[in-house]
Amino acid sequence: MLAVAFLAFSLFRFVGDPITQMTGVETSVEDQERLREELGLNDPFAFQFLRFSGDMIQGDFGFSYRTRQPVAEMIASRVPATLELGVVALLISLAVGIPFGVYTALRPRGILTQTILLTSLVGVSVPTFVIGIILIFLFGVQLGWLPTFGRGGTVQIGGWESSFFTIDGWRALILPAFTLGVYQLTLTMRLVRAEMMEVMRSDYIRFATARGVPMGRLYFRHALANTMVPVITIIGLQFGGVIAFSIVTESVFQWPGMGLLFLESIRFVDIPVMGVYLVVIAFFFVLVNLIVDLLYVAIDPRLRVK
Amino acid sequence: MLTIKDLAVRFPTRFGDVVAIEDVDMTIAPGEIHGLVGESGAGKSTVGAAVIGLLPAPGFVAQGELTLGDTDLRALDARQAHEIRGDRISMIFQDPQTSLNPLMTVEDQLVETIQAHSDVSYADAHKRAVDLLEEIGIKDAAARVKAYPHQFSGGMRQRVVIALALCTDPELIIADEPTTALDVAVQSQVLDLIRHLADSRKIGFMLITHDIGVIAQVADRVTVMRRGRVVETGQTRQVLGNPQHPYTIGLMDAVPPLDHKIDRFRLPEEESGSPKGADGRDAERWLLEGQAHELTGLEVANLTMKFRGPRTSIWRKPDQFTALDDISLAVRPGRVLGLVGESGSGKSTLAKVLTGLLQPTGGQMQLGGKELPGGRARGRLHPSRQLIQMVFQDPYSSLNSRHRVGYILAEPLWLYGLEKDPDRRRQLVASMIALVGLSPETIDKYPHQFSGGQRQRIAVARALLARPRFLICDEPTSALDVSVQAQVLNLLKDLQAAFGLTILFITHNLSVARQMSDDIAVLRNGKIEEKGPTEDVFNNPAADYTKTLLKLTPVMPGDWR
Amino acid sequence: MMMEFIRRYEGLWLFSRSPAAIVAAIAAILIAVGAAFAPWIAPINPYDLSSFSLFDGLLPPVWQDGGNPAFLLGTDDQGRDMISSILYGARLSLIIGLAAMVIATVMGVGLGLAAGYYGGRFDAIVMRIADIQLALPAILTALLIDGIARGILPPEIQQNLRVTVLTLAIALSLWVNFARTARASTFVQMNKEYVQAAIIMGQRPVRVMFVHILPNILGPLLVIMTVDLASAILLEATLSFLGIGLPADSPSLGTLIRIGMQFLLSGEWWILWIPTLFLVALVVSINILGDFLRDVFNPRLR
Repeated sequence: MLAVAFLAFSLFRFVGDPITQMTGVETSVEDQERLREELGLNDPFAFQFLRFSGDMIQGDFGFSYRTRQPVAEMIASRVPATLELGVVALLISLAVGIPFGVYTALRPRGILTQTILLTSLVGVSVPTFVIGIILIFLFGVQLGWLPTFGRGGTVQIGGWESSFFTIDGWRALILPAFTLGVYQLTLTMRLVRAEMMEVMRSDYIRFATARGVPMGRLYFRHALANTMVPVITIIGLQFGGVIAFSIVTESVFQWPGMGLLFLESIRFVDIPVMGVYLVVIAFFFVLVNLIVDLLYVAIDPRLRVK
Repeated sequence: MLTIKDLAVRFPTRFGDVVAIEDVDMTIAPGEIHGLVGESGAGKSTVGAAVIGLLPAPGFVAQGELTLGDTDLRALDARQAHEIRGDRISMIFQDPQTSLNPLMTVEDQLVETIQAHSDVSYADAHKRAVDLLEEIGIKDAAARVKAYPHQFSGGMRQRVVIALALCTDPELIIADEPTTALDVAVQSQVLDLIRHLADSRKIGFMLITHDIGVIAQVADRVTVMRRGRVVETGQTRQVLGNPQHPYTIGLMDAVPPLDHKIDRFRLPEEESGSPKGADGRDAERWLLEGQAHELTGLEVANLTMKFRGPRTSIWRKPDQFTALDDISLAVRPGRVLGLVGESGSGKSTLAKVLTGLLQPTGGQMQLGGKELPGGRARGRLHPSRQLIQMVFQDPYSSLNSRHRVGYILAEPLWLYGLEKDPDRRRQLVASMIALVGLSPETIDKYPHQFSGGQRQRIAVARALLARPRFLICDEPTSALDVSVQAQVLNLLKDLQAAFGLTILFITHNLSVARQMSDDIAVLRNGKIEEKGPTEDVFNNPAADYTKTLLKLTPVMPGDWR
Repeated sequence: MMMEFIRRYEGLWLFSRSPAAIVAAIAAILIAVGAAFAPWIAPINPYDLSSFSLFDGLLPPVWQDGGNPAFLLGTDDQGRDMISSILYGARLSLIIGLAAMVIATVMGVGLGLAAGYYGGRFDAIVMRIADIQLALPAILTALLIDGIARGILPPEIQQNLRVTVLTLAIALSLWVNFARTARASTFVQMNKEYVQAAIIMGQRPVRVMFVHILPNILGPLLVIMTVDLASAILLEATLSFLGIGLPADSPSLGTLIRIGMQFLLSGEWWILWIPTLFLVALVVSINILGDFLRDVFNPRLR
């Protein structure tokens, strides 16, 4: 995480002169100098980095170049949107991906399997934004069932603006969540399939079969349990992908989340926002990794210290 | 009880059907331990798999009768066949580590098996499980039953596997190489256990193995297979002591005896192509040039190798693991020292230290009287790189499968600057190939086109093409069939005698060690238990460990012949 | 006779048995050839502002009313012929995709091999860098590099360097995959005896890595190369779609789709869907081939 913070900070320092960004061409040179002094941009690098980190920890993220608002507020207002989207997408991908993966592993030669595999191939190949466009076209334009942009009705809970509590919110959520989830779904499914087929070849499955353990129990208690172990790690890693692809999805659906914010900040070279976004992402990533590690230990007895 | 008549199994491939086994007849009575012995590719595992219905796809039973009691096994549908598994026929495999589900406790695995076949409550099943574990020799069973597989040692794990096979009271147990992965002492216990179970519960055993000694020790009757067909069958003592079929005779001739040393193995015919004729003389002459008259010895003094163990907790530093503990030994110039040890004894570590792959934590080494630096201190161009060569255990991974044999063999020649002219190199390589008994076309082929035995010959040729004085052979025949092993050992004996090579011969097989070595050192847990001239150590072992090893190694009793 | 040849090589035989792979290969080759020879095949050059005119704009494909046989698949709002646009667009997409893939391969395999061979601290450092890279998913990295480039380079050079920046950005997000796989495979090979033999003999490390180990780990790497090519193309398309990739005057397929989005709700469907179809066909073909390769190298998954 420290490394990411360092990266973000280097962005600040080296990429573009923030002052000219902020003040425009008209301000006099003296005024620019004064601002520089105020913002401490003349201090030695290390010092600035320390201050930067210190500020971060305290939750002070600096100000956006573009809108002059505190970055913290900007990001915080968008977090719920992205998180809800991401969680629902993840759930969809797991709820469909895992069962399909298991099925295609156990019945490798069926017609249904071949169809699913081909569809999944297409799912991996079609870019997320195309899926989004197709869905918008189908459900939004042609059929007119679902809204094509924005979040619809939201409810404020404390500081958290949530889509979960209104039908309208859900209607707006479905299409983008599905779009986001499709790619993850296909990846998960293929992964589960590969791992499961691998596991079904192992000696302990052979031995259990030789002992006459009932097939159903064999598949789930033995095979699936062992499959999940490596699968969990990868799913954890994939959560990063969800956050990344949310940028695209938010763009297509005009969903007001962090991703859209980031996109705009790139367009306008709004460094503070870019930097903080990076740090927040890294934070989430570390968090997810931690959870995955804990889950890993909970599931695999070989990892517990005697 | 089990009757097999005229069994044939086939595997369809893109080249047509391959016949795995054919014309196989066999019967096993209750309480009989029937050995099924043969070399690799003989089809013995296929027979076992066919009986229990677990042939790997796409194999299928093409014809034959399979009867268990009055049940026709071939007439069962999938569901019935699966019900029989565990209930009347059980199977156990070679590697106890991978045979058990690592995520389930032993208790769970036992109980689920019991409950799969009989309608008992959890409590009853649990009790049966614990009783069973006690019966097969796991102490403190009530507590141990809640443990996970990885918390048991190798031998105990195999007992758990046997318990799992037993818990449903089957009539027949098929054991596929059940003791191959175990240490000698543990193997002995497991074999005793099998004998006990056959006698007390009247269970029939199909004991599949390639180890003749095991058969001799524990089987009542034996069937010998070769290339998918039955070659000979009958009472063990009869078949092994007085074989009728030429293949069985050849097989028994190739088994290295434990009780005396023979000069060369008696072999039916040489395996391939040109014998050592005019072709090999070029290489012979080349090898004898230079320092051939100078015999080189190796001495090792107080050698120690410690490793950092794996981290088990963030707070404490990991424990140190001592692989080699104060080892001192000497390989006399021009002689063969056999280093005997079981798995985990440290023999591979010693080989790695000697060849410079590992840096020893302490001690000195001397080659031919000159100091031999260890690990990183030994530069890439140090003369010992040429003088010490190694023949490895696994013929399937010791040659780079992406390079042609000719290329592999020429490497030492140009690497050490032994022969600068490419044409001369090619000639030398061809000659050396002939010297090890292979035909000249070998040079243009790839390693995977050869059998294990042929590959080991290529490996020996590669070692010799460096013109070494000291050869380390690390279990060179452990992965080979008995008859092929005999050929390769003969080759090594001949070469050693002709060229005055000093050899460190590492093996876990006592009989092989006896045949190959002038001196012996016995290694256990990183320490030398005993060393001395071979005859002395074998005839009058001093250390307890050596005595145990000699007593428990399964061999055919001498009076059978 | 030919059957003999095909049977000998397991890979070829499996290929001949798999209709999907054959179709995919044909499709991919067709597109690739079309893209490569675009300047010679395409009716007009979409970059050359003089070769088209607004008067020809918004013409539908030839099978709809108002279609013009001169423009088989219609024209966009600027009057550019669709066929030409997608051919040139595919060309750009492929060039960037291939270049990025090659860079990623060289970087990733090189680092992976070295990390596997030397182990120890070098390995740890490479893995740390890889982990950090992984924490920033592909799109993020690409966006970042782009953002940085915008910030550093003066606007004039930016346009010219667009392609380079894009290629680098994509390559940087893909190399980790190669590195990890190469490293894992190298670890496995390091335990094999032929590698130990080479090291014991005293061969140079570079030789051991590239002459001995590399030929033995090519299998999985080949699969990744194919899959990553698809990813690279997708990535470029996504970036262009988001407006940060290639601009409208030298469009790649992604840019074309972005342009087409404007016409989603009006009637000119071809401006959007034709480039989309093309892109999807290209990537699906590559992925099918990648899947096929994966099955060839891993018999257990068949």
